Amino acid sequence: MSETVEERLIAIIARQAMLDPSQVTLDMSPTDLGLDSLGLVETIFAIEEAFDISVPFNANMPEQSGFDLSSLGAIAANVRNQIAAKA
Amino acid sequence: MRRVVLTGAGTINPLARDVEGTIQALLSGRTAITTLAAADIGADAPPGATGAPVRDFRPEDHFPARQLPLMDRVSQFALVAARQAIAQSGLVFDADLSARTGVIIGSAGGGHMTGDAVARAYYGAGQTRVHPLTVPRLMMNAPASLISMEFGLTGPSFAISSACASSNHAIGLAFQMIRSGAQGVMLAGGADAMLSAVGLAAWAGLRVLSQDGCRPFSADRTGLVMGEGAAVFVLEDREQAMARGAPILAEIAGCAMGADAADIVQPSPEGAMRVMRAALADAGLAAGVVDYVNAHGTGTRANDRTESAALRAVFPKGVAVSSTKGAHGHLMGASGAVELLACLAALEGRGIAPTTGWRVPDAECAIDLVAGAPRLSPVGACLSNAFAFGGLNAVLALTSA
Repeated sequence: MSETVEERLIAIIARQAMLDPSQVTLDMSPTDLGLDSLGLVETIFAIEEAFDISVPFNANMPEQSGFDLSSLGAIAANVRNQIAAKA
Repeated sequence: MRRVVLTGAGTINPLARDVEGTIQALLSGRTAITTLAAADIGADAPPGATGAPVRDFRPEDHFPARQLPLMDRVSQFALVAARQAIAQSGLVFDADLSARTGVIIGSAGGGHMTGDAVARAYYGAGQTRVHPLTVPRLMMNAPASLISMEFGLTGPSFAISSACASSNHAIGLAFQMIRSGAQGVMLAGGADAMLSAVGLAAWAGLRVLSQDGCRPFSADRTGLVMGEGAAVFVLEDREQAMARGAPILAEIAGCAMGADAADIVQPSPEGAMRVMRAALADAGLAAGVVDYVNAHGTGTRANDRTESAALRAVFPKGVAVSSTKGAHGHLMGASGAVELLACLAALEGRGIAPTTGWRVPDAECAIDLVAGAPRLSPVGACLSNAFAFGGLNAVLALTSA
């Protein structure tokens, strides 16, 4: 049975934040999960590898990334868009 | 305690192949940052990749074919710079002087290009026989060793590695060794050649690379740009230098080193402040007599606002500041050494090099930034900052000769 984007994303981020997936919900932000700047960069890398997409993100201008990282739900929507754009 | 002066300088960097060309370029506001081609990094460049490469460098113009198998690009750069520095100093090494002369070369990546090429051949192409001189090419101390061999210098020689503060740690330690009387002459500086496709990807992975130029302290800065190169200096006991009528470029008045002991990548304003204050104290300089600070100024959001806060705290009445990384890129472990050339230009009365690339004031970087054109005010004392990943900081204090 294949997991949804949201389930895979929660698994990735839970591992990065060292939490149990049951503690992670889609309304949470990376900051809520305690991810610092390096944790965020590692998470983005894990997302790119898992979904074979490219996440535009420059730590020098995070607000201009063109990829909404404000919550897990927003990240999931962006991931879906990128996957759809590739298909 | 002995006083320590600089009697020679040499460099090869993205702007120029000598000190004079580099200083002219720094004062002119020219940048060497460009779109990277496959020939620059050994593989197709990712779209939009920028860097500051040393282009059209032909090792065979500088070294005999027999020697080249021993020389990674980083060693080539270091030796080219060291030769210029020694030539300018006019030093001739007899047995006595050789024994009192050592070499400390700082580098972040050492023989990175050699490791890169071996890995590509072994893992990528299955070439399991590796060149027999891979180890002496790759080792971090190869640049220092090759310089000591070429000039027959038998004093203490080794490498220092503290990422982007490597040069300042190397020059600072060499300064302390002469000041204490342990050595008469030291060659010190930094060299790095990490501008490979892998090196670039590694920095891109940290999400701090700019694709549209390096703009230190500018509100619209988008990150750092990688460069490569070297600069090496001759440090000498002032009495000895004066006795032999040597050219005295500047005096190293003090230095300080310290660790943030906080975060592996995020800089700390307290760490930067501590080391700048300690460098002033070591040099016996009051903040008010410092006319210029050559900033670390990487063009990243984190460094520039942290460094600005530290500068404001250490220099409450203000001080002229510039960063030259927008001109030559971030030369990694060679940064502090190449940037010391901007300090020499300022101390020689040629002007404070502008912050090339700067465009827009940033309220988070409220400092007296020199930008747009060189500032032609006299500089009698200056600091050169280097704040490395790993939280390792080294600041040099210089005064005019």
